[in-house]
Amino acid sequence: MVVRFWGTRGSIPVAMTTAQVQRKLVAALTRAAGRVLDTPQKVREFVERDLGFAVSHTFGGNSSCVQIDAGGSEYTLCDLGSGARVFGNDLQAARGPSGHTFHVLMSHPHWDHVMGFPFFMPAYTEGNRIVIYGCHPALSEAFRRQNAAPFFPVEYARMTATIEFVQLEPERDYEINGARVRAKLQRHGGDSYGYRIEQNGKVVVYSTDSEHKQDDPAEVMGFVEFFRNADLVIFDSQYSLADAISIKEDWGHSSNIVGVELCQLARARRLCLYHHEPIFDDERIAALLDETRRLEEITRADHRVEVSAAWDGLEIVL
Amino acid sequence: MDLAHTRIAGTTVLSPAGRIDHATAEAFKAALAPHVARCAAGQDRLVLDFGAVEYISSAGLRVLMLAAKQAKVQGGILAVAALQPIVREIFEISRFTLVLNVFATLDEALAA
Repeated sequence: MVVRFWGTRGSIPVAMTTAQVQRKLVAALTRAAGRVLDTPQKVREFVERDLGFAVSHTFGGNSSCVQIDAGGSEYTLCDLGSGARVFGNDLQAARGPSGHTFHVLMSHPHWDHVMGFPFFMPAYTEGNRIVIYGCHPALSEAFRRQNAAPFFPVEYARMTATIEFVQLEPERDYEINGARVRAKLQRHGGDSYGYRIEQNGKVVVYSTDSEHKQDDPAEVMGFVEFFRNADLVIFDSQYSLADAISIKEDWGHSSNIVGVELCQLARARRLCLYHHEPIFDDERIAALLDETRRLEEITRADHRVEVSAAWDGLEIVL
Repeated sequence: MDLAHTRIAGTTVLSPAGRIDHATAEAFKAALAPHVARCAAGQDRLVLDFGAVEYISSAGLRVLMLAAKQAKVQGGILAVAALQPIVREIFEISRFTLVLNVFATLDEALAA
């Protein structure tokens, strides 16, 4: 199973600023001083080996969209944030414009999780089929309304792909594109739902836009069971714990601290920090990742959780 | 949870010990509650001597945050002191050092 991240930013898409680009260039050129980098290959090796992630890469700025690829001919996505635009374009360039079937698990219909759909070109191509699953009764309405005046110039009816909506119930198992899928209600304004996706002996949990107050042991254990023995937990870590339980309480997001704790309790193998705070630059997210790895290390008992931070373009092979 | 307390020059010092985690956070909250209720304007300041606390989870940090908020509303002062290195790191990573009064030693907290 391969998990591909097409959009990892929380709340709103962002783009790097000129100042941020120049900071990377200054850092890279400073580190290159005194080296002989006289061929593209030497430069590439230097970039890949000697520059840290925050200098040589970017975490990216597209909003939520993750592909779960278990090798079948159809596609499974989690959410249709702005990252879905990139996925759709890449797919059509590589595999042609039509004849594709997409299964989309929607956490909730907030803007940042649906805004990629009006720009999802496979939706405008006859011969494609898009099945959108979710627990919100108004999911179909949300998609239709954003593809309508005054929000968007192209009406929903102009989407010539076959588009279906399938209502799911939380805490029930479904078979979707060959995977066993279970949704779980999460604390978020208007509700959100996490998904536990099991296929070919691997388990991925997609849990974003989920606030954890950690004051109700039954609720904590409910998430521990949901994450139990997962190979990968994709986790909303937008806020610091201090912010999440003070000035940003009830804003519907969680922290790296809670992600580590739940994954340790659930004996999950990997934790992937996700739904990054839009005001954070690459250095800040890289520092957050380092801190989270350190936290996992100093609080570890007999089970190690591998910690990573999602970025647009990341592939995790399970 | 056994929450030893002493009174030093207008300050009530509480000394929790061990792990404050999901299993013990509620007991910590209950033990702390009567002291926080008295942490008000014109009353004793409250200092939590964390010298014997080995670990604190998000649930425990939440208890501290709620206590600090309540004390503030009441016009009182609540501080935490003498964090062990690992607990200090947890405070820093969770950004609690930015929202709570944290002192390196009990003496510094008492002198503040």
